[in-house]
Amino acid sequence: MAKGGFREAKGDLRIEDVTKSFGDFTAVDDLTLVVPRGSFFALLGPSGCGKTTTLRMVAGLEQPTRGRILIGDTDLTGSRPYERPVNTVFQSYALFPHLTVRDNVAFGPKRRGEKDAQRLADEALNLVQLPHLASRKPTQLSGGQQQRVAVARALVNRPEVLLLDEPLGALDLKLRRQMQVELKRIQTEVGLTFIHVTHDQEEAMTMADTVAVMNLGRIEQMGPPAQMYDLPSTAFVANFVGQSNLGQGRITGRDGDFVVVDVNGSTVKIPSARCAVTSGEVLFGIRPEKVHLARSSDIDAAIRDRKVAFGDDMRATVLDVSFIGVATQYLVRVPSGATWSVYEQNLDVDPIDLKPGDPVWLEWDPAHAFGVAADGTPIPGITPAPGQDAP
Amino acid sequence: MSALAHVGSASAAPTPGAADETAKRGRFLPYLLLLPGGLWLIIFFVVPLVQLFTVSLQSRFPEYPGYYYRDVNVKNYWSALTEFAPHFGRSLLFAGLATFFAFCLAYPLAYAMAFKAGRWRGLMMICVIAPFFTSFILRTIAWRQILADEGPIARIANALHLLPNGHITETWIAVVAGLTYNFLPFMVLPIYASLERADPRVIEAGGDLYANGFTTFRTVTLPMSMPGVLAGTLLTFIPAAGDYVNAELLGSDRSTKMVGNVIESQFFKVPDGYPTAAALSFTLMALILGMVFLYARKFGTEDLL
Ligand SMILES: Nc1ncnc2c1ncn2[C@@H]1O[C@H](COP(=O)(O)OP(=O)(O)OP(=O)(O)O)[C@@H](O)[C@H]1O
Ligand SMILES: [Mg+2]
Repeated sequence: MAKGGFREAKGDLRIEDVTKSFGDFTAVDDLTLVVPRGSFFALLGPSGCGKTTTLRMVAGLEQPTRGRILIGDTDLTGSRPYERPVNTVFQSYALFPHLTVRDNVAFGPKRRGEKDAQRLADEALNLVQLPHLASRKPTQLSGGQQQRVAVARALVNRPEVLLLDEPLGALDLKLRRQMQVELKRIQTEVGLTFIHVTHDQEEAMTMADTVAVMNLGRIEQMGPPAQMYDLPSTAFVANFVGQSNLGQGRITGRDGDFVVVDVNGSTVKIPSARCAVTSGEVLFGIRPEKVHLARSSDIDAAIRDRKVAFGDDMRATVLDVSFIGVATQYLVRVPSGATWSVYEQNLDVDPIDLKPGDPVWLEWDPAHAFGVAADGTPIPGITPAPGQDAP
Repeated sequence: MSALAHVGSASAAPTPGAADETAKRGRFLPYLLLLPGGLWLIIFFVVPLVQLFTVSLQSRFPEYPGYYYRDVNVKNYWSALTEFAPHFGRSLLFAGLATFFAFCLAYPLAYAMAFKAGRWRGLMMICVIAPFFTSFILRTIAWRQILADEGPIARIANALHLLPNGHITETWIAVVAGLTYNFLPFMVLPIYASLERADPRVIEAGGDLYANGFTTFRTVTLPMSMPGVLAGTLLTFIPAAGDYVNAELLGSDRSTKMVGNVIESQFFKVPDGYPTAAALSFTLMALILGMVFLYARKFGTEDLL
């Protein structure tokens, strides 16, 4: 099957101490990563953080400035793209404009000397639900259709490692969900290694075995999706993966398994095991759905009791109420001046009686709190916007 | 045109009367815009063409040399074609060779400019265009010196016994070389433009899908640049087929004359040559049009025709 310099390599994808510099700009900074064979690895990160550059180095389209890239025990560093058992779904699709959709998809199999390249191409086109457009040229397709052709063109080769650079970004929600299911099915059935770059967190969370969050050319945190969400290890991840309510505070002591933190006069607790710092400055964090709202009118009676029974609390003022169907989102201002959000599930049909300006109490189970290092990175929502000081 | 009309009516004012008015103006606007170009074409292209065609069918008064009368004398065409068939053949052959050599020289150059030149690209572009700043005739005369018997090229070729009669000038080689040189930029620029426009990611995709460098070039880069190649070959072949300066300045008196030379001498030097010259011009035009049409049909893309 192999032709030319094609290298048969099987095993885990290993990226070892890889750095990529463009002039004096470092796009990928000393990256080390092992993606086990047959796993689905999602790469999240803000625009320009080096995701595409990382994929390009794995594909061989860019050579690392330092470091090695291996699949199994085969060192692929320095080899040409066509020698690698790796295919890419390009962020810009990069379809061949002079070939029909079918010939685009059959391109890879043909180069590898497959005899029934056309049949394979048709199968792949079925998979992305485009068999009826097989004889069109790429310019005659919509953006989402082009994207699916790009997916089919890479997938048809069943490579050892498939690199997907935002492969579903141009699709509507329904089609995207369908394609996610298809991709996941193929990945598990054939046992391919997928590296999937996406801006859709939900996509990363639902599809991936492992999620990595990249920032400024480095991996900030990596782990199973639930763990990433439950316990972010840096302020960046806390904000990038889902939403977090954060408060700048200072560790004042210990209380059993908890560290005690003072956040602008409110005393809150973080489980020691969930706090990345042991003393000094800390960023206290809690997810919006873990916070509950209590009417300020029955503070004296109810809250005091609950405080003992339930957990920590903090006084706040309602800024905005938005009804989202299954839940209601409240934006509240906490004493530090930061804006927090709170999700209350609409379990009852009670009318929402809170309105902007109402005083409320926030309460949460301290076991859900987490603490990350206050590393000075600007945190959205924590610095009060000018002219919006708390009353 | 309909798109233009559309834009016009889309910007219509709210009142129904005014909307009608604008729609009407919108319909005529495209034709109005076409007017200057159309007039230009009619005055400077269609009228002379008709004039030329009538001349090509004129007959001569036998007793009064230099006087003609209006006629439909198809014999002009017949005699011109039989007498000057070799010149037609040479024109097409030399133009074809020049196009081929220009393509062989231009493609690597355009490729280098588009993908490898980096910051030298601007300079290379200037080098391609710079010759246009001096006269075509002057540059062709310069080639006489370059190819002269005492010049380095002829000396080396002679030392290697490559030239049967010892010269490069006064042979078809010089004519083809001159044609190739003179029309090279017309080949380079369209190819460069089409390569430049090609998305580098698409070329990378070839490599990603198991095509090595050469296969990627053959199956991706070259087909993607075909519109440029097509435009370049036409822009080279058409003027080269009608050219007479190169054959005049670099060729010999007889064996390398092209149709252009014949037309020129029939017009300016041979008494009573007007109908023949006109008939030759017309035939050349028809021939080239026919060939271009077939060529574009065979290799063309929607982009061109
Ligand atoms: N060829 C290059 N020369 C110089 N800088 C580059 C080059 N390619 C990428 N960069 C820079 O490297 C950084 C990372 O780029 P990369 O394309 O990997 O980002 P990304 O994470 O894929 O972003 P996005 O989500 O917007 O696609 C960017 O700041 C970019 O400007
Ligand atoms: Mg990218």
